[in-house]
This record gives sequence, C-alpha cells and structure tokens, in this order.
Amino acid sequence: MNPVIDLPLERLTLDHPCVSDFLASLGFSEPDGRQSLRHWLDQLADEDILDAGMERHQILDHVQRLIREVQRMEQDRHARVDSLTLIGGRNKQGEPEPVEISVRAGQILCIVGPTGSGKSRLLADIECLAQGDTPTGRRILVNGQTPAGDFRHALDRKLVAQLSQNMNFVVDLSAREFIGMHAQCRMVNEPQAMVERVIACANDLTGEKFSPETSVTQLSGGQTRALMIADVALLSASPVVLIDEIENAGVDRQRALELLVTGEKIVFISTHDPLLALRGDRRIVIRNGGIVDVLTTSALERENLNRIEAVDATLMNIRDRLRRGLRIEEPVQWPQ
Amino acid sequence: MQLITVAGSPSVGKTSVILRVSEILGQQGLRVGVAKFDSLSTSDDSLYEQKGIPVAVGLAGSICPDHYFVSNVEDCLAWGQRQGLDILFSESAGLCNRCSPHIAGVMAVCVVDALAGVQTPKKIGPMLRLADLVVITKGDIVSQVEREVFAYKVRLANPGARACFCNGITGQGASDLANEIVQAAHTPSLEGQRLRFPMPAAVCPYCVGETAIGETHQRGNVKKMTFADQAEAV
Repeated sequence: MNPVIDLPLERLTLDHPCVSDFLASLGFSEPDGRQSLRHWLDQLADEDILDAGMERHQILDHVQRLIREVQRMEQDRHARVDSLTLIGGRNKQGEPEPVEISVRAGQILCIVGPTGSGKSRLLADIECLAQGDTPTGRRILVNGQTPAGDFRHALDRKLVAQLSQNMNFVVDLSAREFIGMHAQCRMVNEPQAMVERVIACANDLTGEKFSPETSVTQLSGGQTRALMIADVALLSASPVVLIDEIENAGVDRQRALELLVTGEKIVFISTHDPLLALRGDRRIVIRNGGIVDVLTTSALERENLNRIEAVDATLMNIRDRLRRGLRIEEPVQWPQ
Repeated sequence: MQLITVAGSPSVGKTSVILRVSEILGQQGLRVGVAKFDSLSTSDDSLYEQKGIPVAVGLAGSICPDHYFVSNVEDCLAWGQRQGLDILFSESAGLCNRCSPHIAGVMAVCVVDALAGVQTPKKIGPMLRLADLVVITKGDIVSQVEREVFAYKVRLANPGARACFCNGITGQGASDLANEIVQAAHTPSLEGQRLRFPMPAAVCPYCVGETAIGETHQRGNVKKMTFADQAEAV
C-alpha cells in the first residue's frame, strides 16, 4: 500500500499544499476529502481524465514526484557555498592562462578590461560552473571541489544569480506582489515580512523612493536595479552573484555592495566604475580573452577611494540640486 | 540512431536551440539531422541547410499538426537511418498546449520561453509534464526574480525532470544540453511503440471543412461549455 496516494485527500493536501495546487490545475470538480487520491481518480470518468491531459497512473506518479521534489527544495535551502575557485584555461590565442583564484563568501571580485576583452565570457564561465567544456577551458571549483553534476544542471539549485543589464519584467504586478511571488517559491517562513524588508532595502538604495503598490513595469531604471539588488541579497537562492556593471542610475552603489556582502554572497562585478572597482577586495584584469593579472586593492588605492567618494558626493549633490530645479552658479568646491 | 522529440509553442526558440546543440554534437563527430514539422510554411529548413544539417520538412496543411506528426514519424526515422545519422531531432510546435509528440522510451525535450510569463509552465499540458528534459530559452532578457520563479514553476509542472537554461543566441547552456542528449536511448524502430499521452480527439464536421455555424452542423465529437449565470436580482 502506498502511504501517500492512499491517504484521505484532505490529509494529503494538508500535509502537502503543493498537491492541492496541482490537482486544482487539472480542472476536475472538487473531490470528497475523505477519499484517497487513488480512489477518487478511479471514480472519475475516462473522458474527464483525458481532458486533464494526464492518465491516472501519470497523475499518481506526478503527485509522488512532486512531493519528493518539494522536499528536496526544502533541503536545498540550506545548501551553502563557502568558496569558489577559478582555475585558468587559455586565452583567445590558445595561450595558457596560469591562474588560480579563490573567493570566499562575503568577498567582492571586480573584473576589468577593454570592451570585447572577454569579461562577459568570464561571467558566463562562472555562471555555468565551467568544467573545461567551454571555449576558454576554465574550471570552477565549489568549496574546493568539482561540483556534482546535479549542482550544475538542477534549475532551482542554481548557484549563480546573474543581474544582467538588458533585463525586463514580463509580469505586470505591483512590487509587493512581485517580491511576494518570489518569497513564496523560496519557501521563506514569513513571506510578508520578507517582502517588506526587500522593498525597504531597495528604497534605501535608491534616491527616488517607490511604494510597494507601484507596478514593477513602471519603476525607473534605478529603482528596478535597486529592487533586483535587494532581492538577490535577501531572497535569492544563489550564493554567488554576478553583476554586469551597476550604472550610476540613482543607486547607492556603496550600500548595494555592503548589502550583498553582509548577505555572505560571493560577488563578481564587471565594472570600470572606480567606486566599485576599488571597493572590491581584488580585481581581475582581462585582455585578449585571458586573465593577465589579479590585483589586490592596495592601501594607497583605498585612500584614493576616499577622495573619489568625496568627488562623487559633490557631483551627486549637484545632480540633486538640478533635480530640484535649482541653479548651479556658485564655483564648485572640489574636495582636497 | 538516437531519436529526440523536441516540442514547444511557436517562436520559443526550438530551431535555435537545436542549431546550437547540433553544432556541439557535430564537433564531437556525430552526424545530426532534423525532421521539421510545421503547419503552413517554414523557412527553418534553410537555416539547417546553411549549417550543413540534413533536414526533412513536413507541412501538415489542413491536418492537425500533431496527428500528422505521429502518422509520419516512422518514415522520418527510416529517412534518418538512410542518411546514416547518429542523432535525429524531430521538431514540432505544440500549437494548443495540449498536444504532445512524446513517445515512451524516446527522449522527449520540451522547449519553453521565459518571456511567456511565470504562469505558462502550469498551462502547458503533456508536452511539458511528460518531457524528460525541459529547456528554458530567453532567460537572459527577463529579471532574475522571474527566472527563478519560472524555474520553480517548471520544477512543479514536471517534478524530477532535467531542466536547463539555454540561450539560443549566444549558445550559453547548449553544451550541458548536448551532454544530456548524447545519453538518450537508441531507437532502432518505432513499430509498436506508444505515445506517452493520447492526442486531443476532434472528429466533427469542422475537421473536414464545414464552415457554417449553428447547432444543426454540430455532429460527431461535440463538447459544450458550461456557464454560470448570475442570479436574478430580487
């Protein structure tokens, strides 16, 4: 006797809410909760079963696979990555790339190099956890080991979240509903509280505040970016985050990075923004499709970062005054 | 020869995915061919030919495309064998979300498009639910949140199936897909094999050219909608 499909339906759907969603999607009329799934299906007319698009044994099998899959997702929530190691392959000329770089959770690595030098290729190698099977021949180790095949292919177990520049929202939902939908499928304990946190965080990152009721498709570029960064830091399943430049579209880049790092993420950013590049722990220099150097941010660079930040703050202030309709006539005071 | 049935709604990127995967398989020394099924016309055969991939085209015309597929798939297999192929992809569009060309014991691939929205995986029937491998395309142009939610919904719609993202333009993800495909079972013959799920039945005057509307013309396999009327105001 199979314990699951012979349970009374009311008990089955109480224990496994995913099953009731699935059964509802088949479009049958409401079953008697005291019946078992097997019994109930046996009583349905063949014609109704045909309409549902699955045969009885396929429905039974589906329900059992569904329960296993949801249990697996629950377990995966606790998977963590402490380190990622990048082992060099070869550049566009086929010359060896003799590097090995390890990044720990909470560290930021920047990727710099001219346009077309291979920065996106490096991000792509990390994204698919390359194992010598991409054009560069690079390999990526997780926690010092070759990742299991499952890790590479299973969708929800994806280790790497990528915030690309050319993203769109397809759904038309309010920010609250949108993040709520994500929280629901991440199975967080208190989805509503999490949604409020993500939106508050996003508002913290952007100069232009938005309400949770704003439709995501109406958010500005900066607001969108802020929302996606807050979401990836607080809610995403993936311990590794790849960012393709955080443009200066009204996002507080310093706080964005702090947020990602306190979430114990491993962060890779492809950027030429000095505020970001110098804030990273190290930066990978790419030329001709290969890594030619790995620079650790020096003490002098950190000092310069402070000065650059002060210059940036001056510029931001001018920007803000422009926004408020003021004149910019007094001589600009650059910080020393 | 390995037969792979590839199905997905129109314009999800089936052809692009097959082209990308075929390129990788070709580099491994495998001979790949395609049987392309469509309804009215197709120009995808020229895309395959440009890449030197042998292609057979079947246009269903006035016949239900998936029924046309089943009636012809054995001949496709024979054609592939005559061409000395190692791998034959059959490519067909699931036009009504209900049809499915998947055959028991033959690797079944369903291509879905992340742009279609997060509710789509739930709406697609046997074509997705009974596939062995689900390929998600256009993941790069939707937000990270939708990508994660979409993947989650695919997992619920077909729990335990292998699934991967594949970018039909850059080819990102195609090598993972190729690795799965080379492991497919061989299909020496389809004699006596069965579809994984019956195709929708439609035998009525409209199947054979009736255009008049009205009760008197509805015969054969007719099914009626049920409506809920609002109660009259008291």
